[in-house]
Formats: sequence, structure tokens, C-alpha cells
Amino acid sequence: MMRMFTLRNALAVVVVAGLLLVPVYAAFIGNNFILSMSTRIVILAIAATSLNLIMGYGGMVSFGHAAYLGIGGYVVGMLAFEGISSGFIQWPLALVVSALFALVIGALSLRTRGVYFIMITLAFAQMIYYVGVSLSRYGADDGLTIQRRSQFGDLINLSNKTAFYYLCLACLLGSVFIVWRLVNSRFGMVIQGARSNDIRMRAIGFPTYRYKLVCFVIAGTMGGLAGVLLANHTDFISPAVMHWTRSGDLIVMVVLGGMGALFGPLIGTVAFLALEEALPFVMAKTIDPYFIAQNIRPSEYWQIILGPLLLLVVLFARGGIDGLLARIDRKEQP
Amino acid sequence: MLLFFEQCLNGLQFGLLLFLLAAGLTLVFGIMDLVNLAHGSLYMMGAYFAATFTTLTDNYIVGIVIALGATLLLGMAVEVIAMRRLYGRDHLDHVLGTFGLILFFNELVRLIWGPGGMNLTLPSWLNASIEILPGVQYSMYRLSIILVALAVAFGLYVVVMRTRVGMLIRAGASNREMIGALGINIKLLYTFVFGVGAALAGLAGMMQAAILTAQIGMGENILILAFVVIIIGGIGSIRGAFIASIFAGLVDTVGRAVIPDLLKLVLSPAAASTAGPALSSMLIYLLMAIVLVVRPAGLFPAPGNR
Amino acid sequence: MSGLLQVENLAKRFGGIVATDDVVINIPEGELHAVIGPNGAGKTTLIAQLTGQLMPDSGRIRFDGTDITHLPMYQRSMLGLARSFQITSLFLDLSVLDNVSLAVQAHAGHSFHFWRDARQQADLREPARAALARAGLADRADRPAAALSHGEHRQLELAMALAGKPRMLLLDEPMAGLGPEESARMVEMLRALKKQYTILLVEHDMEAVFALADRITVLVYGRVIATGSPDEIRNNPQVREAYLGEHEEGVVHD
Repeated sequence: MMRMFTLRNALAVVVVAGLLLVPVYAAFIGNNFILSMSTRIVILAIAATSLNLIMGYGGMVSFGHAAYLGIGGYVVGMLAFEGISSGFIQWPLALVVSALFALVIGALSLRTRGVYFIMITLAFAQMIYYVGVSLSRYGADDGLTIQRRSQFGDLINLSNKTAFYYLCLACLLGSVFIVWRLVNSRFGMVIQGARSNDIRMRAIGFPTYRYKLVCFVIAGTMGGLAGVLLANHTDFISPAVMHWTRSGDLIVMVVLGGMGALFGPLIGTVAFLALEEALPFVMAKTIDPYFIAQNIRPSEYWQIILGPLLLLVVLFARGGIDGLLARIDRKEQP
Repeated sequence: MLLFFEQCLNGLQFGLLLFLLAAGLTLVFGIMDLVNLAHGSLYMMGAYFAATFTTLTDNYIVGIVIALGATLLLGMAVEVIAMRRLYGRDHLDHVLGTFGLILFFNELVRLIWGPGGMNLTLPSWLNASIEILPGVQYSMYRLSIILVALAVAFGLYVVVMRTRVGMLIRAGASNREMIGALGINIKLLYTFVFGVGAALAGLAGMMQAAILTAQIGMGENILILAFVVIIIGGIGSIRGAFIASIFAGLVDTVGRAVIPDLLKLVLSPAAASTAGPALSSMLIYLLMAIVLVVRPAGLFPAPGNR
Repeated sequence: MSGLLQVENLAKRFGGIVATDDVVINIPEGELHAVIGPNGAGKTTLIAQLTGQLMPDSGRIRFDGTDITHLPMYQRSMLGLARSFQITSLFLDLSVLDNVSLAVQAHAGHSFHFWRDARQQADLREPARAALARAGLADRADRPAAALSHGEHRQLELAMALAGKPRMLLLDEPMAGLGPEESARMVEMLRALKKQYTILLVEHDMEAVFALADRITVLVYGRVIATGSPDEIRNNPQVREAYLGEHEEGVVHD
């Protein structure tokens, strides 16, 4: 029987509890920055969770997942621009459009395997990126400002930062819950089996292609949801959201947290964004003072450390944070 | 008509440039089974080295030669320090690790050369126009790119097809366990192959730098194109990379020139000016998608490859 | 010709190499039919065509009357043709029970069920446990598949082939890499299975082949050089020359 109290579970509980309390804390210290930051973390964690579904559990490494953030966001942005602000129209439409894109991209990409799959998903994302750049009516390269957040009448006011934050958090917990049920269901077993040994799955009688495609569509739709939330959060959408380096960031978040772990993506997103904030901060405190004379601020070049750090994680901590904690958990078992 | 011809030449030139990039990529992928996203960074470093050394020595040719050597050494150093540890691992590990290297190199360049990019000025004898056909002027520089790249392609062909080293490379692309079993010093071979790939990428970067300037992040965009090319051509196949590169270069360049006008025939000018650039950019990816659907292993996959 | 499995004039080339050359095999229901031959005889290619991994260049394969020559892999399994792999091909990162449950699940209708926990479903777990018991692995059910020994992996292969309630088993060298004790155990297990399943057995282990087979086909360079009962094969001069001559010591005299 599995122990309930493991480090991995403890960390997940702590992080979720912390996220639940963020607005309280923000009100307490009278500073909204942490609320805004946390909203961003939660939204990206939804995207990371959807990527984990296909990548961690399904073994499908998509290097174009950020495209769904863009698709969801652009549907909201374009509709808002044309005067349609009702969330009841925008959000379902955004999800349907995301699903359709995922269906087409998945149908074509899943005919390939391995690195070919990685590259073809990257290529499709690039295509969508270029379409975004060419949308001159909707801001093209510069992006599109969203004047009004999605309107839900008296149901909820998204301009209320706290209300919006809890909505995002609810979406995140809902996404994780859905992934949990999915991966343990019969469907999930097929997906995991296909990840483990696709040929064997087909030999024993599973037409794996159609299951992987459905999984891909679910993940794309969830990514679209994240995009919808992101557009509302930043009141803005631009092609930059879909740039392939953003897809790379998502992959890093999933791996950092631990692939195939339920709360891995959330922890990975927290870790990644925290690193983005903390690394320059730490460098400013420790290294910058030595370079004042030369008029250089090393902390500005913090990514120079992030790069090799990533390589080290790949080489030595491949299971991510979840993997590290699992190792410690195993040592403590009798 | 003359314009079309010029565009074709430009397409050929771009295709050859892509080939220089793709050749290194497909070799490394075919032999070491390594997905190297940082290949674009080596392209960028080549450009920056060239801009720096040509300025320092005030001599174009000398600067280029030094820059080539520097890129070769840099490539070998990267192989020894970082790439070695990635061999045999999952492709995802390669993607992540080399993604990290991209971040590193971009920041390194920003630190050393600043964010502004760098110009590579050509000597006057390259900056001229030359009459390649009666009444047809073409940039001397672009012509020399075509000639040099063709020479390099030919040189690669000779080495890969006709020398012992080339034989090892071809054998490695088909069956890497075998060359290990034959007792060849694998480590040295790998370092060498990677270094040569880096030098080729650097050469491409140097050539492109005079046209577009050396910039941070210049590697990433063309890297994706290079991957598209080797996938179309078939991983591990230099011949495939050559054919696919030329094809891709022509499609991309000629497409960009011709599609907006073609669209104007069927769409309104406003729609055409929106859809035109988008479609042109997408064309090469569309091509790759079509190829992959029909032939999931590329047009000329190296025999024995997965 | 009528049989559960009928292979009619099957042919396959790879460039200049003829891997399968006009092969004819007929296996009636209930028979254990062994295919033997020296290395490179094309046994694995033959199995690959029977299971759908490779498409033949010409010829037909019929299973229970149905032409399955060009049927995709997963559909052959649904018709009742199950295979085990020569090189262990399991779901190593899942548990032993999960492995076999998947084989059961494949034959339990579609799997577009997204909610209920599959590991708690008795209609998957019970047949899986039964198949494991038959393959002698009942006590290893909850271990990760990767933790099993090589011999146990071969048993797991067998369990997975059985879980789908097939009518016929294609066993590709189930004894590969097994020591004498494990081999003996596997032979007994196969002997027990003979009563319920039609079996095509590709094997190198001559003791096992002669102990189990009802009939034997000998494949050399992709061609069938002889088909018959174990005695007929043992005494066939061509076979002795081409193949059994190298294995004199291994032939069982009963």
C-alpha cells in the first residue's frame, strides 16, 4: 500500500495551499505584484499540465504546444476586437477552435514518430505563428490590445483580480483532476501503453493512432483554455505567445517538475518562473558588487546560467523535482 | 522574366546556404543520433567571429579564415564539454540540453558583443555587380556564395564518397554500433564530425552576415528551416539534404516573390497583402508536412535508419 | 487445403535478398506446428508477415478462412491470432499485472472510457491474473515488469499472448536465452497449452521442438525444404544435411 505522506505529496499540498492563500497574503501586504505573478504561474501551469498529458504520460513530445495558447488567446482577442465581449460566446468558441487545430495537427503529426514528430509539431506551430504575424487587422507583430475582458454578466467580473485569480486556480485544479481521471482510466492505460511500447500495443490489438489523436486534441483544448485565460490576464495577445521558444519553455517546465507526475507541471512552472525571478535577483546581490568598477551588471545576463543549468538538469536530474523527491522518499522507506 | 531568373539564382544561393547548415545537422544526427538545436548558435557564432576578425585584421579573406578556424575549435570544444554526455540518450534530452545551450550562447553574445548586432562589411571587390549573362547583372557576392558553397558541397561529396573517413561516416550513419565494433576511435570521429558540422554552420553564418548582419537569435529561425530540410531529405543523407535544400531554397525565395502577385489575381489587394507573406512563410512547412504524410522517413532516408 | 492458418505461396524480397520464397504452410486446428531452420532462414520475416508487421510481396495468408494478408496488426489480434516476441517487448515501466491487463483490455471492446480507474476493474484484472497464473507468474503480479528476470520476461510474454483469449499462438523463440531449468519449465507450460490452442512455434531449441511439435516445417534461405512429422523430418536426408547435421548432439532420441 502506498504511503500517503511522501515528500512528493507534501510538496504538492504545500504549493496548492500556498496558491490558495495568495490573495489573502497580497491583501495583507498591500501589494498586487504577487497576485499577478501567481495568476501567470497558474495559467502557465494549466498549459504545462496539458503538455504533460501528451508528453509525460503519452510520450508525445510536442514542440508546438504554445500554439494553443495563441489560438485560444487570439479567438478571444479577435472576437473582442469585433465587439463580441461575451465570455459565453468567446470561451466555448476558443475551445472548439483549439480542438480543431489540434485535430488537424495531430492527425498529420501522429503519423510520424520520435524526432520527426518533434520537428513536425514545431513546424506546424511556426506556421500558426506566421499566420499570427500576418494578421494585420489584429495587430500583426505588435499584437492586439483587449479593451474589455470576457464578460460573464453577473456571474463573475474578470476585472476583479482576486475573482479572476480564483477562477484560474479552479481551472488549474480542474485540469489536474481531469488528467488524473484520464490517465488512470482505460483510455489512459492505452496512452501509457503506447508511450511504453507502441508496437506491442498494436500487436495486442490496439489501434493506437486514434487514441493518441484524441489525447492530443484534449491537450490542445486545455492549452486553448490556458490561452483564453492568458489573454484576459494580460489584456493583450500577440504572436510572441506562440513563438517556438515559448513551446520550449513549456517543455522545460514539464521536465523540471517531473514528467508523468500529476503535480509535476505545476511544480515545474513554479520552479521555472521562480528561477526567472530569483536568479537575476541572487546574482545582483552576490556577483554584481564585484563588477561595479567595470560598469557591468552580470545579473542582466542571468540566462547565461539558466542555459547550462538546464543541461545539468537533463544530465543529472532527469526526473525533475518529482524524481528527486521520489528518490529521497524511497530511501526513507523501510 | 529576368527578375524571375534573378529570384531563381537567389533561391539557389539560399538553398546552398541551407545545405551548409543542413549537412552538418544531418551528419551529426545520422552518425551520433544527436538532435542539436544549438547548431543555429554555431551559425551565429560564425557570423560574429567573421565580423570581428575581418574588422580586427582589416582583411576580409584572412578574417574569414580565422573565423572558420575559430568556429571549428568552438564546435569541437562544445562536443567534448557538452555533447558527449548526451549520446545514447532520449531525443527529448537532446532537445532540452541543446535548448539550454541556445540560451547560453545568445546571452554570451549579448554579453560580449552587446545587443545591437554587428555588421560585416564586404571588401569593394565583392561588393560589385557582375554581368553573368549578356545584359544580366548579378551581385558578385551572391555569386561567390553560390560558387563557394558548390565547391564545399563537392568537397563534401568527395570526402564522404571517396575517402576512408567518408566511408566511416557513411557506415556510421547506417549502423553506429558496427563502427564501434570495428575498433575505430569513435570519440575522435565524433568530435571531428561535430567540429566539421560546426565549421559548415559557421561558414553559412559568415556568408549570411554580409547580407543580413550578425544578430542575436539569427540561428533559431534558419535552424528550423534546416531541420525541415533534413526531414524532407531524410535524416543521415547528405544527398537528400542537398536536394531538399536546393528545393527548399527555391520554393521559399521564388514563393515569396511570386505568391503575393499570384494571390492578387484571386483575392482583393488587401487580403492578398495579408495572406501573401503568411503563405510564403508557411510554404516550406507545408511542403514538409506533405512529405512526412507520404513518406514518414523522408525522401532519401539513409538505409538501415529508424 | 483447409486449416486454421493457411500460408499460400508467400514471397518477400528485400532488394536482392529473397527472405521468403514461395512458402506454403497449412496448420489445422489444434496442431502445434514448429518452424525450424538455420540462422538467416527467414523465420522472423515469416512471422512478421503473419502478424502484419511486414507486408508480403505476393501470396496469401488465411486465418480461419479469412484473408488477412494485408490486414493491419491490431486487427489480426482481434481475429484471434496472438504473438509473442523474440526480443522481449513488454511495457517495462508498468507493473506485470498492468502488462497483462492491457492485453485483456485490447479484446474488451473499445477503450474510450475516460473516467473509471482501470486498475480497479475486475473484468480486466481477473482474466489478467488467470493468464499470469497459467504462465506461472501469479506471485509477481505487482512487480514492475523491468524487475523480472529474463526467464520471467519470457513467461510474461506468454501470459500476454494468452490474455487475449486467442485461438492461435505465434510464438517466436519463447526459449531464447533460457537456461536448462527454465527451458524445461517452458516446455511443460507449452505442452499444457497444446490442448487448448493451435500453436505455430519458431524455435532453435531442438529438444523442445521434437518434444512438442506435431508437425515441423524446415526453412532454409526462405524456402520450405521439408514438412512433416518429427520422425519424417529427423530422417529426411536433405534436412539432415542442411540443418540437423550441425545439431547431432541436440537431437532427442525417445
